[in-house]
Amino acid sequence: MSILEFVSRINPVAASGAVLVLVGVWGVLARPNLFKIAIATSVMETGVNLVILSTGYIRGRTAPILDSAVAGTATDAAGAAARMTDPVPQALVLTAIVIGLAVTALQLSYAVRLRAAGGGSSIESYGDEKW
Amino acid sequence: MLVDAAILVSGIVMLAAGIGAVLARSLLVSIILSGGVSLVASLVFLLMGAPDVAMTEAAIGSGLTTVVYLYALARARQPDEEDADPLGDSVKGGRR
Amino acid sequence: MMRRVLVFLAVAGLAWALLPLALGAGVPEAPGALATAYLTDAPEDFGAANVVTAIVVSYRGFDTLGEVAVLFAATAGVGALLTRKRLGLGDAEPEAKPAATEILVTATGLLTGLLVMFGVYIFLHGHLTPGGGFQGGVVIATALLLGLLARPESKLSHGILAAVESLSGAAYVGMGLLGAFLAWGFLDPRALPLGRIGSLVSAGSIPVIYSLIGLKVGAELSGILDALKGDRE
Repeated sequence: MSILEFVSRINPVAASGAVLVLVGVWGVLARPNLFKIAIATSVMETGVNLVILSTGYIRGRTAPILDSAVAGTATDAAGAAARMTDPVPQALVLTAIVIGLAVTALQLSYAVRLRAAGGGSSIESYGDEKW
Repeated sequence: MLVDAAILVSGIVMLAAGIGAVLARSLLVSIILSGGVSLVASLVFLLMGAPDVAMTEAAIGSGLTTVVYLYALARARQPDEEDADPLGDSVKGGRR
Repeated sequence: MMRRVLVFLAVAGLAWALLPLALGAGVPEAPGALATAYLTDAPEDFGAANVVTAIVVSYRGFDTLGEVAVLFAATAGVGALLTRKRLGLGDAEPEAKPAATEILVTATGLLTGLLVMFGVYIFLHGHLTPGGGFQGGVVIATALLLGLLARPESKLSHGILAAVESLSGAAYVGMGLLGAFLAWGFLDPRALPLGRIGSLVSAGSIPVIYSLIGLKVGAELSGILDALKGDRE
């Protein structure tokens, strides 16, 4: 496979999303500060959303919304559908983004609560909390 | 083709911001850069033809998440330097 | 040292699993059969111009119900973890917060009404334009946050937030059951008349459901912000 073929087969959204996931995972594993772990989780979740949505990226098509030009003319349904991107990954990513916020808020409230109870802010200092 | 090039450029900006967010020493800089990652990601979503997702990511990722982080930092009285660990070594088991 | 090696191996393993998929998957030429069926059927069956809204509210409506439940659980968790007593603030006088600057106060006075109206517009028109319940709810929570920042001494009324959240959640399930009794299944939007595609009153119960979701999400996110601010009893 030549270089040009390889470059044309790269999905740019999936590539940037995958590298963001790797950056986020490295951040979660390598940095001991509780808040830095939460930030790295958030970066990883953005990457995962990009990777999921990349399966619905079709070049040259527009948003899956019927504008007023075709409203009411149901006979053009198949023709209008041929100009739209894939709506199913968009619905999934919509859910995932909101749940990402919920997880981040919960992580941060755990960190706040640990600090308020007198603990440190590095995950190293909770070494004796293992099972 | 132009859309692909724009997505690639945005991807590189996102990567730089993401690496900066994870590596920065100051927590405030990390928070702002992670908000920047979400903002550029919402631009990429818009370029891909997903305006619903772009709106949600822009509002939640770079709006509310940044505010939630800042409130949590203030509530935990966390100093801005990442490696400063107030009370860490003296209360619990200390470093392994 | 051992730890660094393990971390490097973990990231390298994930990269080996992920990068060929990302770099070699290619860009699809056309949506799959299910997506094409959704794209052609949603405007005819439900009268919704925004196909993503139709999928989120009716075709995959059960997933959205689960997501609203997850958001509720997270909000309940944050609210339970961060009460004033547990934060160690107890009966102490709330510390005197510095007053907001004049720019913020003036701008908030001008913007709050516009922001709330914008949020309501977004979730009312969810079936016609990009947008919907979650986006509108986040905008409303942002308007309440701006009010909190401009007047640091004010508190959000916990009772009203709890009432709005629980009533809209119950009404959401109620609309779903209405679809089960009056139409073909749980969360079927044909329980209400479909109307003409493209007008505001159309797509059956989709705008009603999305408005309820928008109110619920807005109340929940405001509750999270309130708890993080340290004002939750």
